Amino acid sequence: MEIRRIQEKRQAEKRRVHVRNALQRRHLRVRRQIGSMLLWAFLSLLAAIILCPIVFLVSGSFMGNDELAGYLGAVFLGSEGYAAFPLLPKFPTLKHYVEILLDSPKFFVMFWNSVKITAGVLIGQLVVGTMAAWGFAKYEFPWKRGFFLLYLILMLLPFQVLMLSNYLVLDFFRLTDSLWGVILPGVFSTFPVFIMYRFFSEIPDSLIESAKLDGAREWQLFAYLALPVGSSGIIACMVLGFLEYWSLIEQPLTFLKEKSLFPLSIFLPDITDVSKSGMAFAASVITFLPAVLVFLGGRDYLEQGIMAGAVKE
Amino acid sequence: MRNSFWQRERKRKEKVHKDMRGFLWVLPSFLGVMVFYLLPYADVVRRSFLGAVDNRFAGLANYKTVLGNTAFLLAARNTLLFTLLCIPVLILVALFCAVALYKSRYGGIIKSAFLMPMAIPAVSVALLWRVLFHSQGIVNYWLEALGMAGNDWMNTENAFWILLVSYIWKNLGYDIVLWMAGLAGISTNIYEAARVDGAGEGQCFFYITLPNLKPSLYTITVLSFLNSFKVFREAYLVAGDYPHESIYMMQHLFNNWFRNFSFDKMAAAAVLESVVLLVLILLLQKAWDSKDLV
Repeated sequence: MEIRRIQEKRQAEKRRVHVRNALQRRHLRVRRQIGSMLLWAFLSLLAAIILCPIVFLVSGSFMGNDELAGYLGAVFLGSEGYAAFPLLPKFPTLKHYVEILLDSPKFFVMFWNSVKITAGVLIGQLVVGTMAAWGFAKYEFPWKRGFFLLYLILMLLPFQVLMLSNYLVLDFFRLTDSLWGVILPGVFSTFPVFIMYRFFSEIPDSLIESAKLDGAREWQLFAYLALPVGSSGIIACMVLGFLEYWSLIEQPLTFLKEKSLFPLSIFLPDITDVSKSGMAFAASVITFLPAVLVFLGGRDYLEQGIMAGAVKE
Repeated sequence: MRNSFWQRERKRKEKVHKDMRGFLWVLPSFLGVMVFYLLPYADVVRRSFLGAVDNRFAGLANYKTVLGNTAFLLAARNTLLFTLLCIPVLILVALFCAVALYKSRYGGIIKSAFLMPMAIPAVSVALLWRVLFHSQGIVNYWLEALGMAGNDWMNTENAFWILLVSYIWKNLGYDIVLWMAGLAGISTNIYEAARVDGAGEGQCFFYITLPNLKPSLYTITVLSFLNSFKVFREAYLVAGDYPHESIYMMQHLFNNWFRNFSFDKMAAAAVLESVVLLVLILLLQKAWDSKDLV
């Protein structure tokens, strides 16, 4: 009798503890769920706020001049009251795009200059930078660490420090007021070398050894092994480079005087003139569109590139 | 004996030959770096010691002029203040977002949204900034609607804060990616072991996540610091060559000196700044006691 009572008591105790634990766990889980939902709401809101400027520019570019003047009149015309802005245009129009793409040769020239600068720099980096990165990653030579440190330091210095030295060279070679004056220093920027170095270093040595055993020459190793295997690093570099040189400001601003050489990245449309405000919005959108497309296409590579840029060894 | 000596010698020669072959890959790039960066920089160092007019050796006169120049002091002060404020804020916000996004399945989409501003050229945004922060602009309209007084944003001290926000807007995604790379480097075994020992979320974060992120902190600080020089772009595009004095940055000063052909001052300031930057980067590295840099 006694024993059975004790057993029953024990079992009841066990059950109670079990139920209590289960309740506690559920409570915790619910709390955690609410917490993570709140966190998500907050993060999504933050992301939405961050994307707002882009939405704003795009929607502005589709508005007619009258509509824009109605919303932004206070800024542009200096009229009474304040500017306001809705998220979507009431009467969407493609007029500004047509105007800017078909009817403003000046804009087209600037767009073309931007393309020339970006393409020139990227092609140059593709040739010179990949070779240097390959040399640093897989060869030993005297003073290698010294050279590398030098590259690293150059990568870390901002433009203002190198501005005068840049100008002195360009002046010496009579390259000021020419697109080459912007392109050439960009080609020899050490940043892409560093990024690609990180990717090339990850190629296993055994792969290179086996290729050598199969009789591959040095340049064949580079062309048929390094380039394909390290391609994600090269693409990452190109994406980062595109974003950088498409929105280049300091260099063209300093070294180019001739207006016909200006790239899009330093083109500030006149927004005080209401008849042109729509065009200003459209111009902004056309300026960022290629960069956004590259961004969307190369998002993963971009992230890899950013991570490789972390100054770690 | 002789045989082995020649063998050794040949091996040595082969090795030397190989060494130079390695350098050949770097050579084209290095020649360019030499011509476009190193030699002219050496010339800048030389010029920093020469007088402006007579080109004679002037000792440290240029440095003294620069250090006594009010515009230089203003720009240096602003740049310093800006970095001291914006970097900790950016790094902490990015850390928070990275930890929150890291565990979730759909973090990728939101992370992309955070990264997007990186792709937007400053010139596109400048238009927007001007519309938003004009004295009769949209922000003031909202403030008015909320019953608060408006502000002439770009022509007051507020310009500084706008610049700070636009810096964070632009670099948040970049830093989040870097933090997430750091988080991915922490092995999950440590967390599991800690959980078994009864550690909670908070304890896991403070005793495992944070100490393991320390090496990333150094690189993130350095990269955020370097990116902070690019706020000049927004400042210039919105406010031009002579903005409100709270956002007068080093790049403004260099540009203005460049326009006046004050190359002597520019040279001295460039040398000064590069020395300060190198020392800062080395100090940061020391402070975090990491052996990450090279």
